[in-house]
Amino acid sequence: MASSLRISRLISRSFSSTSLFPRGWSYLGSRHSKYSTAVATEEPIKPSVQVEHTQLLIDGKFVDAASGKTFQTVDPRTGEVIANVAEGNSEDVDRAVAAARTAFDHGPWPKMTAYERQRILLRAADLIEKHNDEIAALETWDNGKPYEQSANVEIPMLVRLIRYYAGWADKIHGLTVQADGPHHVQTLHEPIGVAGQIIPWNFPLLMFAWKVGPALACGNTIVLKTAEQTPLSALYAAKLFHEAGLPPGVLNVVSGFGPTAGAALASHMDVDKLAFTGSTDTGKVVLELAAKSNLKPVTLELGGKSPFIVCEDADVDQAVELAHFALFFNQGQCCCAGSRTFVHESVYDEFVEKAKARALKRSVGDPFKGGIEQGPQIDSDQFEKILRYIRSGVENGATLETGGDRHGNKGYYIQPTVFSNVKDGMAIAKEEIFGPVQTILKFKDLGEVVQRANNTRYGLAAGVFTQNIDTANSLTRALRVGTVWINCFDTFDAAIPFGGYKMSGQGREKGEYSLKNYLQVKAVVTSLKNPAWL
Amino acid sequence: MTTKMPTVKFTKLFINGDFVDSISGREFETIDPRTEEVIARIAEGSKEDIDVAVKASRVAFDHGSWPRMTGVERARIMMKWADLIDENAEEIAKLDAIDAGKLYHFCKAIEIPSAANTIRYYAGAADKIHGEVLKPAREFHAYTLMEPIGVVGHIIPWNFPSSMFVTKVAPSLAAGCTMVLKPAEQTPLSALFYAHLAKLAGIPNGVLNVVPGFGPTAGAALCSHMDVDKVSFTGSTKVGREIMCAAANSNLKPVSLELGGKSPLVVFDDADLDKAIQLAFLGVAYNKGEICVAGSRVFVQEGIYDEFEKKLVEKAKTWVIGDPFDSKVQQGPQVDKKQFEKILSYIEHGKREGATLLTGGKRVGNKGYYIEPTIFSNVKEDMLIAQDEIFGPVMALMKFKTIEEAITSANNTRYGLAAGIMTKNLDTANIMSRSIRAGTIWINCYFIFGNDIPYGGYKMSGFGRDFGLEALHKYLQVKSVVTPIYNSPWL
Repeated sequence: MASSLRISRLISRSFSSTSLFPRGWSYLGSRHSKYSTAVATEEPIKPSVQVEHTQLLIDGKFVDAASGKTFQTVDPRTGEVIANVAEGNSEDVDRAVAAARTAFDHGPWPKMTAYERQRILLRAADLIEKHNDEIAALETWDNGKPYEQSANVEIPMLVRLIRYYAGWADKIHGLTVQADGPHHVQTLHEPIGVAGQIIPWNFPLLMFAWKVGPALACGNTIVLKTAEQTPLSALYAAKLFHEAGLPPGVLNVVSGFGPTAGAALASHMDVDKLAFTGSTDTGKVVLELAAKSNLKPVTLELGGKSPFIVCEDADVDQAVELAHFALFFNQGQCCCAGSRTFVHESVYDEFVEKAKARALKRSVGDPFKGGIEQGPQIDSDQFEKILRYIRSGVENGATLETGGDRHGNKGYYIQPTVFSNVKDGMAIAKEEIFGPVQTILKFKDLGEVVQRANNTRYGLAAGVFTQNIDTANSLTRALRVGTVWINCFDTFDAAIPFGGYKMSGQGREKGEYSLKNYLQVKAVVTSLKNPAWL
Repeated sequence: MTTKMPTVKFTKLFINGDFVDSISGREFETIDPRTEEVIARIAEGSKEDIDVAVKASRVAFDHGSWPRMTGVERARIMMKWADLIDENAEEIAKLDAIDAGKLYHFCKAIEIPSAANTIRYYAGAADKIHGEVLKPAREFHAYTLMEPIGVVGHIIPWNFPSSMFVTKVAPSLAAGCTMVLKPAEQTPLSALFYAHLAKLAGIPNGVLNVVPGFGPTAGAALCSHMDVDKVSFTGSTKVGREIMCAAANSNLKPVSLELGGKSPLVVFDDADLDKAIQLAFLGVAYNKGEICVAGSRVFVQEGIYDEFEKKLVEKAKTWVIGDPFDSKVQQGPQVDKKQFEKILSYIEHGKREGATLLTGGKRVGNKGYYIEPTIFSNVKEDMLIAQDEIFGPVMALMKFKTIEEAITSANNTRYGLAAGIMTKNLDTANIMSRSIRAGTIWINCYFIFGNDIPYGGYKMSGFGRDFGLEALHKYLQVKSVVTPIYNSPWL
């Protein structure tokens, strides 16, 4: 464990070091030797973890679904079943909400001191840290992401996020307010109540932490629905929260599907707040269900088609490496993926050549194997969808530089794919592909690239690659997006708020901003008799 | 009763700095609620007009000077606008009085000057919109930029035409947004006058557009417009729900909603009785009960209940109803026929449900929409008059024994906008203010609004806050900017 933490620090450093992770993730990954000795074979490596929890977690207990139904969660390396998981539907959501309601209205959680809540969260973080490798293995098994990424980056980041929010618990301050008259005015920041949270499958536990961390720190109770593709790790982590002393009913986890369990949560009359991360289409449905039920406030973190802009003055080798990372990280399954690579015409040809070479070098294979950069896509739906997009790119006249097909003949692996000569109007330049497909576009001047970068219904993030401070400042302000990464990408940190402009959503997660999602503001006004001052 | 008719100067849509006819050429009548007669014919904005107005806002935001000038410059223009409003307070007060049946003298002395002050409050904030420099755990320099959200759609109600106008417009202007505002079809007059003054003050064309019209046409078009980046709405919970659906079905614009209420006023045995009676009565009679935070459920502790009830009824009987231009009058007519009939039907419902009508219950006179202040006792919590927002001078008076019972009853509503607490005991005040799930708690006072006091609802009273710096943030986007740093002497 200690060694993996060190490596995660190493990786962190490498993001910001001048070397800019010269040999990519594979170089760093190879230092972690747990699986690196495995010989490449057709047989998938057996994960070193047992699936212990497959039931719903309601009111502190693992229980079957009311209907008794289960669904299969599948290993994306093979398409084979990992486990049968209890399938929550509206009846189970009702039970979970009732438990959360009772825990909020009558339970100890909102009534204990913030210091005590903080202690429990810190204990939970310690327990997760202790079980780092098992949780990471579960995450990779269910999701298909490289084990080294799970074990060395994501689970340590989960721990860091929980500790970050634990620290906020006793620093939630209202204001005393100057009134225009003899009145004493203060604002109380109160927990909003029962929070419904719906998370996606691409970063199951990081999304869990982004949602659960601030909600718990603020004293709320929760019903969380995981993605049906990746139900396993959240059940494990939530169990550890209970071991850490979280009272029953405070954090309920219901596995299930969007149209049943998700819809029941979004439209529940006793849920006071909803937070959703997922597609823009589903975001619309969630917002509408909230509108049609009790008008609960909704936070949405949705899709993106984020530009990565390589300016004239860029060092091409570094830009290629970063642009490659921006798109291919996590099998391209990031809402903020740099999926439109805009390259200045003066360096375009060189960039395309090198981007192609970099993609060809990308190691694709069993995510449990050391040194692997890219595992399988999450499931057959996504796999087919990505291949359809690739075909549409070819049919619409973009140049397929490399890739373009499945990798191997088993599981949901896709070759790292690069398109050049992409035009703004093509589907591959407009729609969120959510896969390892880089689209490279050419631009002439800054005004033009701003206009084109903003010509999308999304506004989640952008990358800017330049050494010129004027260029950096101009682009930073002109891009209508929630995060601008300058000479870096996918730099996530508990303190940095994340969220979208336009149809990429509403509200911000992480940082102090996220607390607002889980607090109500109450203005308290008292009349003053003979005040000494106003 | 004297009937004064101010001259109505502006009756057209205000788009891109000009007063223009609606594209369809259609007009609607705005009615004097004192006489049920037509005051003026107003251009009726519909979807096509909203499209033109949004386009003007879009251009003003994407290419115009307003978001690009300094906060100091925006503040100067807003200050000038506020001064012009003060100079024209009398004329604007007349417009609100005749259009909404509000008390003329009160508007002139309080509401219009307060509106100007709200603009000044946000003008002062225009050059104090700060992002933060963040503390990442690695070698990165990260900061947040607070950027204007873009084109804002505002939809405001008819009960406080002036206050609502500035509550929405002022913070969004300070943030650097451009906007299209739809006033209520009952009260379009003062909004158009404010637009005229805004132009005189130097607010650039296209920044503030005012399109009078109806909810299902103009309002719906604004909410479902793909080029509107944010909608702020004050009105009923029913319409709030439609607005949220329209936003969900179009471009997922963030929405803030300030909706209905059924606010409790809880009077404890130890309260200052005369003051409690005064506030309880004003709680439903102020502005004819047409206020979303009306104290429409009054809970009185059993020890003082009988005396409270007796004195409250006496108080109600001294209340002067009549022409709102008359300085002795305390209550004018309800805003329109529909509201008038709705309130009377709730009163009938209360009687049928078995509540005791202590006083009032009838219309006043036979012309105009005047209704007597009405008090019901023996009200059960599940009666419609204790559950629904009546939006008229109708009080549901109830008795309670213990503080626990008061908390349960006060929270027994789908709404959560405000609450009043009358007590001298500090512990009671603290317990009540924490236990009631509502956005504003008034302790030994009621209806205390202030530019710096956030205002908005829990539960189905909406979300988001008006007033205060909270409101400014509704009109700002947060952008995180991250860049690596090298050889920093500190982290």
